Amino acid sequence: MSEAGAAVHAEHEREGFVRHYIFSKDHKMIGRQFLFAGLVMLIVGGLLAMMIRWQLGWPETPLPITGLFSEEFWDGDSWLAQTLPYGTITSEFYNALFSMHATIMIFFVVVPIMVGAFGNFLVPIMIGARDMAFPTLNMLSFWTAVPAYILILLSFFVPGGAAAAGWTSYSPLAAVPDYLGVAGPWGVNLWCISLIILGFSSLMGSINYITTIVNMRAPGMTWFRLPLIVWAIFIVSILLLLAFPVLTAALGMLLFDRLFGTHFFLPEGGGDPLLWQHLFWFFGHPEVYILVLPAMGVTSEILPVFARKPIFGYRAMVYSMIAIAFLSWIVWGHHMFQSGMDPALGTAFTLTTMIIAVPSAIKTFNWLGTLWGGSIRFPTPMLFALGFVFLFTIGGLSGIFMASTPVDIFIHDTYYIVAHIHYVVAGIIFGIFAAIYYWFPKMFGRMLNETLGKIHFFLTFVFFNLTFFPMHFLGVGGHMRRIYNPLHYEFLEPLQGINVFISVMALCLGASQLFFLANFLWSLFFGRRASENPWQANTLEWTAPSPPPHGNFLTAPVVYRGPYEYSSPEVAEDWLPQTRRVEVASAGGHG
Amino acid sequence: MLSWLPEGVSTYARDIDLVFYVIYYITGFVFVLVTVLLVWFLIKYRRQEGRPAVYSHGNTMLELVWTIVPAMVFITLSLVSQSTWARIKAFAPPGDVEVRVVAKQFGWEFHYPGPDGRFDTEDDKMFEGELHVPVNKVVRLYLRSQDVIHSVFIPNVRLKQDAVPGREILAWFEATKPGRYEIPCAELCGPGHSGMKGWLTVLSAEEYRQWVEAQWPAS
Repeated sequence: MSEAGAAVHAEHEREGFVRHYIFSKDHKMIGRQFLFAGLVMLIVGGLLAMMIRWQLGWPETPLPITGLFSEEFWDGDSWLAQTLPYGTITSEFYNALFSMHATIMIFFVVVPIMVGAFGNFLVPIMIGARDMAFPTLNMLSFWTAVPAYILILLSFFVPGGAAAAGWTSYSPLAAVPDYLGVAGPWGVNLWCISLIILGFSSLMGSINYITTIVNMRAPGMTWFRLPLIVWAIFIVSILLLLAFPVLTAALGMLLFDRLFGTHFFLPEGGGDPLLWQHLFWFFGHPEVYILVLPAMGVTSEILPVFARKPIFGYRAMVYSMIAIAFLSWIVWGHHMFQSGMDPALGTAFTLTTMIIAVPSAIKTFNWLGTLWGGSIRFPTPMLFALGFVFLFTIGGLSGIFMASTPVDIFIHDTYYIVAHIHYVVAGIIFGIFAAIYYWFPKMFGRMLNETLGKIHFFLTFVFFNLTFFPMHFLGVGGHMRRIYNPLHYEFLEPLQGINVFISVMALCLGASQLFFLANFLWSLFFGRRASENPWQANTLEWTAPSPPPHGNFLTAPVVYRGPYEYSSPEVAEDWLPQTRRVEVASAGGHG
Repeated sequence: MLSWLPEGVSTYARDIDLVFYVIYYITGFVFVLVTVLLVWFLIKYRRQEGRPAVYSHGNTMLELVWTIVPAMVFITLSLVSQSTWARIKAFAPPGDVEVRVVAKQFGWEFHYPGPDGRFDTEDDKMFEGELHVPVNKVVRLYLRSQDVIHSVFIPNVRLKQDAVPGREILAWFEATKPGRYEIPCAELCGPGHSGMKGWLTVLSAEEYRQWVEAQWPAS
């Protein structure tokens, strides 16, 4: 071990338990903290989805847990007996279920895992820095998020239950407590407060990422030698920095309407309900790309490694991400075609929405180009990355229907939208799994089990499609989203069989995740030790030990080339790390 | 997949379904293309001993093709969408029948102006959850809401329009087939959202005349 490495190690040893595991300033520990927080919330959000599917498959049938408790228990006034009378989901609780499912999955799972966990873990180490630009701010960013997590979970237990106005919280439904018809106003209040707090956390994180990427790149790490995941996090940080304050402001106004009698979104006092929608979606649509860009970045990292080929069209990939980032600011109106907004505006938003599909198409074709002519192997991270490409193709194409204003008249607010958002956003979970299977060896120094990983992938992929694809049929049949009981409608009765099918598949999808949980927990402690570079990858994190010590590198890296030099004719091996210096041996040879 | 669409019973249902079908076939083609390429590449270029990967960073010509072709297709699709959209939402034809729809938690009120053809007069009549209209006539709906946002959705007519408190929003349709059709609320409006619905009854010209006479006996 070099002297510098020994010094780094000694510094690391001196830290106590609290400094090392709890109030850590090490970007890798903070990344792990975000990962665990996000995975715990993924379980919560998944269980909520299971309950939603139970209600839609077998409306107003007691949950299978009912028999576990006695009659007296259900007659009692415990929280559970009140929330689920005799084990049955009420319409009030159902509304809370889907509102919180979406809120948790979007704000407390995907962003924290993609940006918080992998952004933190990967950005400094992939650009060759010892840590983030502001380690203390980084720690603060995580610990600011913690109260947001606690409040959103606590909100289930306040009188009246958790927020039930949808994750979009359209006003006046969300702005006037009485309209929700529940026993207390604190569900939506806590929802607002929790997200406002989360906004501060996200602000601190994004400033840190931007500063780190701009200032702390290793010698030789030029902008066009950055791995695409770093580009993705950089662009996402800018979007978060600019978009989240808009949501924070809107949430503040909503809270004022609810608590202090203002009328920002209430017409009786001169406010406008559509103002909320404009503010929410002005944040909300960049948010969609905040969710998906990192998953695209992960895919762009993993495909070249396992196809043993450079990424196809590196610059096109970068430019298309930048194009998405700009266009994402001018498409929000496509959520509001039927809202009463001027129809002429709808025309403009159709055009911008169609245009933003172009960079997404470019990315998909470039991934195909990367696979073309490769020498492809199929370990679990590759399978999940390929799964993401497939799901994103469906999610992207189904989005074209909504972009078209006349078609949107019919499918707006139906299960077609639910199918689309799950192919995109739940498809991002495939990106998350790909990232976990790929970087787990670096994060924890141990390999995940390949067999369990492959079983997990195949079950998840099959049940995912069997769950979400039939939702397109429901939507085309006119099935509205967010309805508590489809049997309330005569025209939906013939579709109920599809609902039952989807519910069975969704429960199987949920159960398949046990393979991941078992694999993750077992490998964390007993997995095979990971070598420094188990995938024979080029990027800088694989030159550090697994797991990397505080300070990351034993010797400061110098970068000589881009991140995707696989099967390069310059060397005999089929990979060529960014840090490896190749002596020009062949005189006059052109590489 | 589109065989799941409810039967269209309005003049513009066919126009909407046409755009739906155009996009369906285009996206269906692209989906098949991408999936076939994906699976083909995965099989053809799977790891084989002695066959190294091609060292290539891309191809500018291909990049241009798959930028320009999708852009052309998408711009065409927005133009195709635009004319249908404008005809349905931007330029409402003059109404033969006018009805004010008042949405509230959790039901629809349909206000008819009565024989004088003017709202807010003595001969107005309100029907809770029941909308009666004649076939082959333009019906104008003036949407209002008393409390939260609701959305009038008549799947068979292919009509969807939010009702927003503080505004009056115009929607219209011309039904082409007599019958009874459900009018669910499509926007989450509270605990009673599910089950908030009304009925559209499309009557023949003669039946509609009789219905009007029964409601407003000649005075």
